[in-house]
Amino acid sequence: MSKREITLSINGKTHTGAIEPRVSLLDFLRDEVGLTGTHVGCEHGVCGACSILLDDVPIRSCLMLAVQADGHAVTTVEGLSNQDGSPGALQDAFQDAHGMQCGYCTPGMLISAQALLADNPDPSVDEIKDAIGGNLCRCTGYVQIIESIQLAASRLREAGQ
Amino acid sequence: MNQKTGDNLRYVAHKRRVREDRRFVTGKGKFVQDVALPETKHAAVLPSPYPRARILAIDTTAAEALEGVAMVLTGQQMAADCNPIRLGLKLPEVKWYPLAVEMARYAGEWVAIVVADNAYIAEDALELIQVDYEPLAPIIDPEQAFAETDLFVHPGHGSNVLYHGNFLWGDVDGDFATADDSLTFRARWGRSSTVPIETFGALARWDEGTEILDIWASIQMPNFVELLANTLGYPLNSIRLHQDVDVGGSYGVKRGIKQSVLVGYLSRKLRVPVRLIEDRLVNMAGGDAHGPDRIFDTDVAFNSDGIIKSLKIRALDDAGAYPGRAPFQLAKPISAIVGPYTINSVKYEAISVATNKTGQVPVRGFGQAPTNYMIEMAVDTVARHLNLDRLEIRRRNLIPSDAFPYQIPSGSNYDSGDYHTVLQKGLDLARYDELLQRRDRARAEGRLAGIGIATCLEPGGGNNIFEYLMDPTAEITTFMEACEVKVDPQGKITGMMGTTTSGQGHETLFATILGEELEFDPDLIRIVHADSLSALPTRSPVASRMAIMLGGAATGAAGKIKDRAMAIAAFNLDLPVEDLEYSGGTISDRNDPSRKLTWAEICFIAYRAYHKLPPGMEPGFHAQYVFQVPGGGQLPDAQNRVQIYPCFSFQAHVPYVEIDPGTGKVSVLDYAIAHDCGTVINPDIVRGMVIGGLAHGIGAALYEKFSYDGEGQFLSATFADYLMPSVHEIPDVKDVEHCTPSPLTSHGQKGSGEGGYLGAPAAIASAVNDALHPLGLSITELPMRMSEIEALINNGPG
Amino acid sequence: MAREDATGVSVKAAKFDYILAESVEEVVATLDRGDGEAIVIAGGQSLMPMLAMRLATPAMVIDINNIAHLSGIDVRADEAVIMACTRQATALASPQVQARLPLLAKAISYVGHQQTRNRGTVGGSLSHADPASEIPLAALTMDARVSLASASGTRQVALADFFLGPMMSARADNEILLSVHFPLGSNDTRMGTAFHEVSERKGDFAVVAAAAQIQLDANGLCSKAALAIGGVDGVPRRITGLEARLLGSRIDQDKIRAALPEIANAITPGDDQHASAAYRRRVAGVLAERALLEAVAEAEQ
Ligand code: FES
Ligand code: FES
Repeated sequence: MSKREITLSINGKTHTGAIEPRVSLLDFLRDEVGLTGTHVGCEHGVCGACSILLDDVPIRSCLMLAVQADGHAVTTVEGLSNQDGSPGALQDAFQDAHGMQCGYCTPGMLISAQALLADNPDPSVDEIKDAIGGNLCRCTGYVQIIESIQLAASRLREAGQ
Repeated sequence: MNQKTGDNLRYVAHKRRVREDRRFVTGKGKFVQDVALPETKHAAVLPSPYPRARILAIDTTAAEALEGVAMVLTGQQMAADCNPIRLGLKLPEVKWYPLAVEMARYAGEWVAIVVADNAYIAEDALELIQVDYEPLAPIIDPEQAFAETDLFVHPGHGSNVLYHGNFLWGDVDGDFATADDSLTFRARWGRSSTVPIETFGALARWDEGTEILDIWASIQMPNFVELLANTLGYPLNSIRLHQDVDVGGSYGVKRGIKQSVLVGYLSRKLRVPVRLIEDRLVNMAGGDAHGPDRIFDTDVAFNSDGIIKSLKIRALDDAGAYPGRAPFQLAKPISAIVGPYTINSVKYEAISVATNKTGQVPVRGFGQAPTNYMIEMAVDTVARHLNLDRLEIRRRNLIPSDAFPYQIPSGSNYDSGDYHTVLQKGLDLARYDELLQRRDRARAEGRLAGIGIATCLEPGGGNNIFEYLMDPTAEITTFMEACEVKVDPQGKITGMMGTTTSGQGHETLFATILGEELEFDPDLIRIVHADSLSALPTRSPVASRMAIMLGGAATGAAGKIKDRAMAIAAFNLDLPVEDLEYSGGTISDRNDPSRKLTWAEICFIAYRAYHKLPPGMEPGFHAQYVFQVPGGGQLPDAQNRVQIYPCFSFQAHVPYVEIDPGTGKVSVLDYAIAHDCGTVINPDIVRGMVIGGLAHGIGAALYEKFSYDGEGQFLSATFADYLMPSVHEIPDVKDVEHCTPSPLTSHGQKGSGEGGYLGAPAAIASAVNDALHPLGLSITELPMRMSEIEALINNGPG
Repeated sequence: MAREDATGVSVKAAKFDYILAESVEEVVATLDRGDGEAIVIAGGQSLMPMLAMRLATPAMVIDINNIAHLSGIDVRADEAVIMACTRQATALASPQVQARLPLLAKAISYVGHQQTRNRGTVGGSLSHADPASEIPLAALTMDARVSLASASGTRQVALADFFLGPMMSARADNEILLSVHFPLGSNDTRMGTAFHEVSERKGDFAVVAAAAQIQLDANGLCSKAALAIGGVDGVPRRITGLEARLLGSRIDQDKIRAALPEIANAITPGDDQHASAAYRRRVAGVLAERALLEAVAEAEQ
């Protein structure tokens, strides 16, 4: 049960670490790598606060062992910012439409929204709901989150034209 | 108070970004779990598997022997070194310790705690602790707990009744005797809570050098340090709560006193930082964060024209094993015990009982949401009985707009309101006539469809005079909030508040009001959170009060800053203050605007040019203001009548639901809400809280419940069993604001933090019952789970 | 009295060893050595919570995500094969699955959420054998078989014989589920399918679910009927008595209603906090009727 060496890309940077096999990817990212933007809500796969992108696909990091991420590319909420650390387009839209209150579910929401918009630049409300259906938010009632994603989508479409 | 409202406002009431959001979207929020101190040890707790059991022995040897374990502590050991946690009511024989002592009183109560190098090892050690229990029959049903004569949750207390009070306001008997008719109903509010996505967590570090216990916690209540100090027996000034921690949602429940006592104690014992982050299962079962669980038996007297004359209310609330401040949730609703209606008299019997369930804490609205649900049910029940339209009966009973300030039987003066207009706005927004057609078409097609109507109040501002109502020895009439404002030598402004923030946008609120008053761009104003040793007095962000109270304090402090600037200018320009005009920090002569002092000059004088300061003025440029709640400070009169909360927001809800008769599943398809909280400081924030509260209310109405089986086992520890609504369960909400300014506050604002939660459960219940009405059925218990609705429709056993 | 497991003891897995297997041979050899203490992880969407809550405490976890040929969908003449490690999202998005295994696609759309479907696998869901989960229910309705491999060889088991109880299956501790095999009907029959479920929130496990697959002959008579109900017993249940009564007939609402009482004989639902046994019984009939009507309507198109 010794520690395993793993190497993965996190937000574009290569990271090598040694961990026990039983450690979840969520705990690894927060406690070993120090990326605390990814949040802990339930640790049993329901709330979505721990969402990350694994090879650009949104998954729950509490439902994966860190050793399983060896050789893969992980994106966390910190990876959605611009190079200089300022908020990216999606993050800006969440600010402009106030798509949060306490901010605890926000990283997971952003990850789900990022994956959605990468595939679908003009999502319908139902498509947005499907994308964030696995992310619980206690504060907002979701309305301003949906509006934030719509705002981001329209800005990204305009920028792309 | 000199009030600025309406068109004069430059920043207040304008759409502006919420400053807190930037750190959240970039993943840079600082939640307690994100605070990393070197050498931190991690704690995990062992819950009792039994709802009621004697703890005969605990063997911790194997756990202590595990590599990486620093300590295992049991309740017995802990109790030897601390006082019981103080409860809201004086109940000396109800002893609440951080870990169970001798007896476990609910399934999930903590009996031991492990401290280890990391959370994995801590949980490994839990498995090695051996506890010998003697399981005993639990007390689960609140009615049984009330009637019980020898089976007690706390035997020393000699009863399961924690509080039993009777109030009478007005001539109830007379009103019942003269009213045309009366009816009786029972309504039950199920056990649910706010359940933030972040659990409770605390981190403590005892500093031997300064002899200060530093605490970082996801705490809503700054005054919990008093409880902490009392429980640990430390002087209050040896505890420093860091309030620059982001709290991942609270809505009342983040009060983790036992958690903080434990980490504080352990960190001092072990001389290392210790943290306890509740995991979800521990949080749900043992975090003592359940909400009201209430049975109402109500008699309502009314005339045949639908005018409601009087209410007799009996409220029986199940506080769980350790009541904390739970019983007070029966008292706050006294502030709005007749809702928005002209009801003439009220009899109110309030009972709080202990059972072998997880403890109850204050939840969003502090008992008002269940009470609103009961009041709205009374109105709908009378309407149904009289075959009167639910809108018409409200129109006949709502307090008219020219009646404000309006005093209700229990003594509150409602500050302002325009209930009829707001209701109409809600109906217009819902396109009520079309909605009726839609409902009737759905019914014609064989579906069950219903429209909900609820008109509810949100008391805001707080005032714990309700404690006095329950216990006249609790002579507490102060309910303040404070802030400090500093202008630095560069002229930059910093506001310092004395609480954490948990999603309500207090920093934005504070900066907006300072900007408004001092005429500076709020985005350039820094807001910081003082720690508890440096903070001014506060009573915390409860009771939908921060817009009112921090807003009032900020306005007061800004006024003092302006006064000081004016005094400096008057002295240096050699003019009386009356001749001066303040504009964006520059002060000039009204008669000769070329004679002026700029903000930079004023700041220079304040900090550097003592010879230019008016004689006797202290150097520097800062102001403090402690704001007492408007209308607070009075004791109840002989009839127990008193102003509890100062401000009364109003909301009109109009949801539309359909029910699948085959499965009982309710779909909320549309929702309109009209809302009046006076002047809105930041529209996005208020809208978010209104809609977020409404979604929370849909959860309480349809999905969320802490379930126990007949043996007292807790069944809802996971998010797969405690069902919080996802985006799919929340309809597209249409919302509209109306503004009836409060005459009592700095900018006409009222409370909004409890938001739509105070009316949505009532509204959804009204809609479901409207849908069931053609079948002659009704449901009177929340949550209205699909299995229960289906059983009702199909007349089978649940 | 010794300590008993309480609610909420753990969210961090107990210690285990881990290998990233490179071949099925390696998996089965390791399982064999593991003597019941080794467990296979694929998507982990069911296993990870069980590990975290220490409901599963294996000594060894064998990761099969790197075995490339365990993923993939292959449509052959008479059967469609889905390899065990195929992600649910991949299956859902597959045009082949949508065209040839429509009931499976309909069922997967109810499974969890996007994030869990991106990681969860078809084989994992079958292995987990949750009586309320969607993929087992659909596969049972479709007469699927699973291939199981162990160090001593490979065998196929019909799903009708595979599920033994809640989270229990005919897969032995030393076996790995390799693939699922769905028989494909001939193209001259008209087929219709439907999947209905009720859960309190979208994406939750079903409280009750019904899957139906109906084939009609050229005259519009039922040539094959399959109906299964989930959430009403320890295993997903085929309602063969009802199927038999529909066979050969022109199915309409009256026919279905007359046959619904067969369900009661086939299921043994339990009570829990979400619904009573009585609820499950009644709703089983409601959903069965809806699913059958919809499947027939689709077949008639
Ligand atoms: S923490 Fe991973 S889903 Fe909740
Ligand atoms: S913003 Fe608080 S949980 Fe979503």
